Amino acid sequence: MVYGILSIVLILALMQLWLLTATMNAYLGGDHAVAWPALGASGVCLLLNLGLLRYLYLLERP
Amino acid sequence: MARDLKLRVLTPDGRPADEQPKWRKDFPIDTAEDNYVARRDFTKFMVLISGSFVVGQAWIALKTLGGPKSDAGRTAIARVDELAVGQAAVFSYPREHDTCLLVRSGEREFLAYSNKCSHLSCAVIPDVKSGRLLCPCHHGSFDLATGRPLAGPPRRPLDRIVLDVRDGTVYATGVEERTV
Repeated sequence: MVYGILSIVLILALMQLWLLTATMNAYLGGDHAVAWPALGASGVCLLLNLGLLRYLYLLERP
Repeated sequence: MARDLKLRVLTPDGRPADEQPKWRKDFPIDTAEDNYVARRDFTKFMVLISGSFVVGQAWIALKTLGGPKSDAGRTAIARVDELAVGQAAVFSYPREHDTCLLVRSGEREFLAYSNKCSHLSCAVIPDVKSGRLLCPCHHGSFDLATGRPLAGPPRRPLDRIVLDVRDGTVYATGVEERTV
């Protein structure tokens, strides 16, 4: 179960990394329209990760 | 007679596992438990990194509130007779620290780009004969006619400075930022 949670967290973090580099490239290229939607998408990934971490703590509870 | 087969985890100080200090729980003797702690800690670390990515995204989003560079205004940067064909000059536009290159590539043709390489912001050097702008830091090169990358690590074109030649004077009127 922990491996499953860890895998999903890793995939979400990698998606965030890709999103951050793509947004930075777009921003430096003058495309400012994607910055706020990308922030929202990254925030959703963080919320999912926090939910998974909370689930992990619940699993630990005796 | 039934034998009690349940294994008892031995601890160095003899106290039960629940009463051990936190550091000993973080570095347990039992291998399976150690793996479990490592995976759990790694997951916590990845969530922390996930949070730092959101902070980075927020920083970019807040930077966009400043508005685009393209509304930079009109500035006289050189007189036409100051540059011979094939010569280049450095000027600042739109702000003092935004250095740019003005190149006279033909009798009536002027080109201007940001002087900062799109890879790591090293100053690019014009090579008008070969039609390239060269970055000495990592051997990147850009097409002089378009500002697009030709070789090396840069993937984004140089910012193009929009020019207007009028009454013998070259004016910079805006900055064109591009992703391709």
